[in-house]
Amino acid sequence: MKPAPFDYLRAETLDEALDALAEYGDDAKIMAGGQSLMPMLNIRLVKPAVVVDISRLKDLDYAKTDNGQLDVGATRTQGDLAGDPSLADTVPLMALGLKHVGHFQTRNRGTICGSLCHSDPSSEVPLCLATLGGQVTLRSKKRERIIDAADFQVDMLTTDCRSDEIAIAAHFPTAANGHGYAFTEIARRHGDFAMVAVAAIASGEMIRLGVGGVAAKPTVREWPVLDGQDLEDALNEFAWDLGGADDIHATARYSREMVRALGAQVIKEALDARSV
Amino acid sequence: MPVLSKERRHPVIFTLNGEEVEGFAEPRMLLVDFLRHQLGATGTHVGCEHGICGACTIRIDGKAQRACLTLAVQADGRSIETIEGMAAADGTLSPLQQAFHENFALQCGFCTPGILMSMEEFLETNPDPSETEVREALSGNICRCTGYAEIINAVLQTAKQLREGAE
Repeated sequence: MKPAPFDYLRAETLDEALDALAEYGDDAKIMAGGQSLMPMLNIRLVKPAVVVDISRLKDLDYAKTDNGQLDVGATRTQGDLAGDPSLADTVPLMALGLKHVGHFQTRNRGTICGSLCHSDPSSEVPLCLATLGGQVTLRSKKRERIIDAADFQVDMLTTDCRSDEIAIAAHFPTAANGHGYAFTEIARRHGDFAMVAVAAIASGEMIRLGVGGVAAKPTVREWPVLDGQDLEDALNEFAWDLGGADDIHATARYSREMVRALGAQVIKEALDARSV
Repeated sequence: MPVLSKERRHPVIFTLNGEEVEGFAEPRMLLVDFLRHQLGATGTHVGCEHGICGACTIRIDGKAQRACLTLAVQADGRSIETIEGMAAADGTLSPLQQAFHENFALQCGFCTPGILMSMEEFLETNPDPSETEVREALSGNICRCTGYAEIINAVLQTAKQLREGAE
């Protein structure tokens, strides 16, 4: 299908985009890479009165490491971030997760912050941010606030980003000494939405597992280092607590089995990948 | 920049395969429809219109992207390459096109322009790919005829030829 008619503003500055949001509010939609919004427009799941295009805001096209976190601006594409060879050292979990985001053609245009704002339950970027305990900076004409991933991601396709706000940056904690990271997912085809996606962080003291694709938003749980039956029991309890439902791709029972199996797999990989 | 009204068509100017072109588009017009209906460049095909099938893949400023997930007005001032610009002016096929021809890497041909545009960028960034990497890169393009085996052969053969040619 084709999008319903809308007015279009190509913002030349961030202030111009924020002014437009202050004026149009709920009637406006921000477009960065458009790789989630354009399909929604084409299918007419969304019919905004105004599309505010921020894709040419060069000031927001950055990724820089500062103060123990990797800051990624609103117009930095998934492809540009994934193509940075230092990512595997700075935020290894993102280097692993980004390989599963769409296809290289959509990563060439899709942005990190856009994926976070779209907030699909099976998307990899929100899962990585939640598992790492990262943050998002939201800016409106009046104020700026920084919130935790857990508060930003509210529900399926729903975030705490208000109608006058733009997510101008995402903040990913950088790799900690002695920690290991691992990511995997299961999908019908490479690049499709994951039926179950799992991200793990492990240190000598703790293991943390994030699961996407089952609950309405990425869900994270942390334990002291467990193994054997203790780990199996913990994963089983987590799998049931996620409360997945049957859908056309996977039954709830299958999803639980994948959480248990892939969860155990990535926890082992993360423990083995710990830096010295 | 002023708001472009949905009620009107607005001028869009960009470089298409090295030549400056101009047309008019409502804000909601997809770049793929602009290429086909405004400029008559019908080599780029329209499939799923939500970024899954890859038939509309073109290159914008060198990067393979979906023309169905891009607005025509967003292309203003960009450099765009489509399948029409791949062969030489005298009709000589590019090495990738020639390899597709020799390996029977197409049947109905609907997906072929998108696959060629995708694989052209893929081979530029990854001149010595493994078969697994080629398969992974092809995951963004759906072909319902070939079963992909011939396409993979063609891409691997091109990579080898280009490497040998570069030596």
